[in-house]
Amino acid sequence: MEGIHTLQEFMFQTKGIIYILAVGYLLGFVWFWRFLKMDKKREQ
Amino acid sequence: MTDRIAALKSRPLLTPFNIFAAIILVIGAFLTFKRFTQGIGAVSNLTDTHPWGIWIGFDLLTGVALAAGGYVTSAAVHIFGKKEYHSAIRPAILTGFLGYSLVVFALLYDVGRPWKLPYPFLVSQGVTSVMFEVGACVMLYLTVLFLEFSPAALEWLGLSKIRKTVVRLTMLLTILGVILSTLHQSSLGALFLLAPSKLHPLWYSPYLPIFFFVSSIAAGLSMVIFESTMAHKKFEIYMDDRHKQEYNPVAFGFGRAAALVLAAYFACKVFGIALDNNWRFLFTGWGAWFLFELSGFVLLPCFMYSIGVRDRNPKVIRAASVITVLGIMLNRLNVSVIAFNYHVPADERYFPSIMEIGITLFIITIGILVYRFIVTRMPVLYKHPDYEDVH
Repeated sequence: MEGIHTLQEFMFQTKGIIYILAVGYLLGFVWFWRFLKMDKKREQ
Repeated sequence: MTDRIAALKSRPLLTPFNIFAAIILVIGAFLTFKRFTQGIGAVSNLTDTHPWGIWIGFDLLTGVALAAGGYVTSAAVHIFGKKEYHSAIRPAILTGFLGYSLVVFALLYDVGRPWKLPYPFLVSQGVTSVMFEVGACVMLYLTVLFLEFSPAALEWLGLSKIRKTVVRLTMLLTILGVILSTLHQSSLGALFLLAPSKLHPLWYSPYLPIFFFVSSIAAGLSMVIFESTMAHKKFEIYMDDRHKQEYNPVAFGFGRAAALVLAAYFACKVFGIALDNNWRFLFTGWGAWFLFELSGFVLLPCFMYSIGVRDRNPKVIRAASVITVLGIMLNRLNVSVIAFNYHVPADERYFPSIMEIGITLFIITIGILVYRFIVTRMPVLYKHPDYEDVH
């Protein structure tokens, strides 16, 4: 019977890696958006 | 206006570029004759194993992606209301129109029987084929681009009544342009869904249409910055004050958008690897090549755009646009040529013949010459004096 033996199999089969990447990306995007807006704050 | 006419008349004919272009045109004309009298095999290294070479990978796929500046700019100005980028519309649409025209022109060389190109529309409609969708969209979008650019030509010809009618269609044409571009930019990626066993797993993904579409937006934004840089260097005399004033603001605005799109594209690519569980391939030779493409031509320009926008440094933004344009070329060539048929032995792999490269150079040269002809005559980089106050 096929089973989950490794962390990689677990992350792939449960799509856990996708959720982790999605959260990481959303946090990163918020930071990136603020970074790109820094020039306007400087001007003010 | 008189400065522009004087500049046009005083241009010398025998310049290094003109001589170089003339040589390429002569060689290209000879190769064209050879191609259409002796067949594709006489000028190319294409085989049944490698039926698509650089004419598809570079001329078509890269050409379509880089021509995305037209719909990106007109959508930004007309749909998202970014009127401050208005001066970028005509050059972007011209680049798009020429890009698509040359794509169709290049296709005539690549298709075995080019006179049958209208068949899918007129004789046998393959409506379930992705290729049909691409062909239909390119044909319709080329018509849309022609209409979008026609006001400049009509102003030049003095046909104000027809111009007025076409200008009224601007919003409709913009919406059509966005819809058609969304469809065929993604469908070009979908073409490769037919070949999951031929394309290397790092480039093959069920999400290829999304990759192609998102990367085309970055390509379009970068191409507008790149094209404005080149136009500013070579055709500044033909620019009015508004174009000169908006030169840097366009780079900052489009640079910021390109940074966000490249970040999104990078995320899409990482998601693609995760969803297909392709991590193991990253530690191979192909993986190194894939990481080179992703880090050198996606992450690096994304970082450069961000720094350039934050520090208000247009030079960094312009350098990032060049890297992004090169990155799009590399990506499309990777998908269609380099990582395609990756399992074929090295001695059977495709490498373009010198004549294929010659025909590609011939097509690019025609594009540059036609672009130069148009911007030095038609109101592309300036507003026509008779239409200063109208849109």
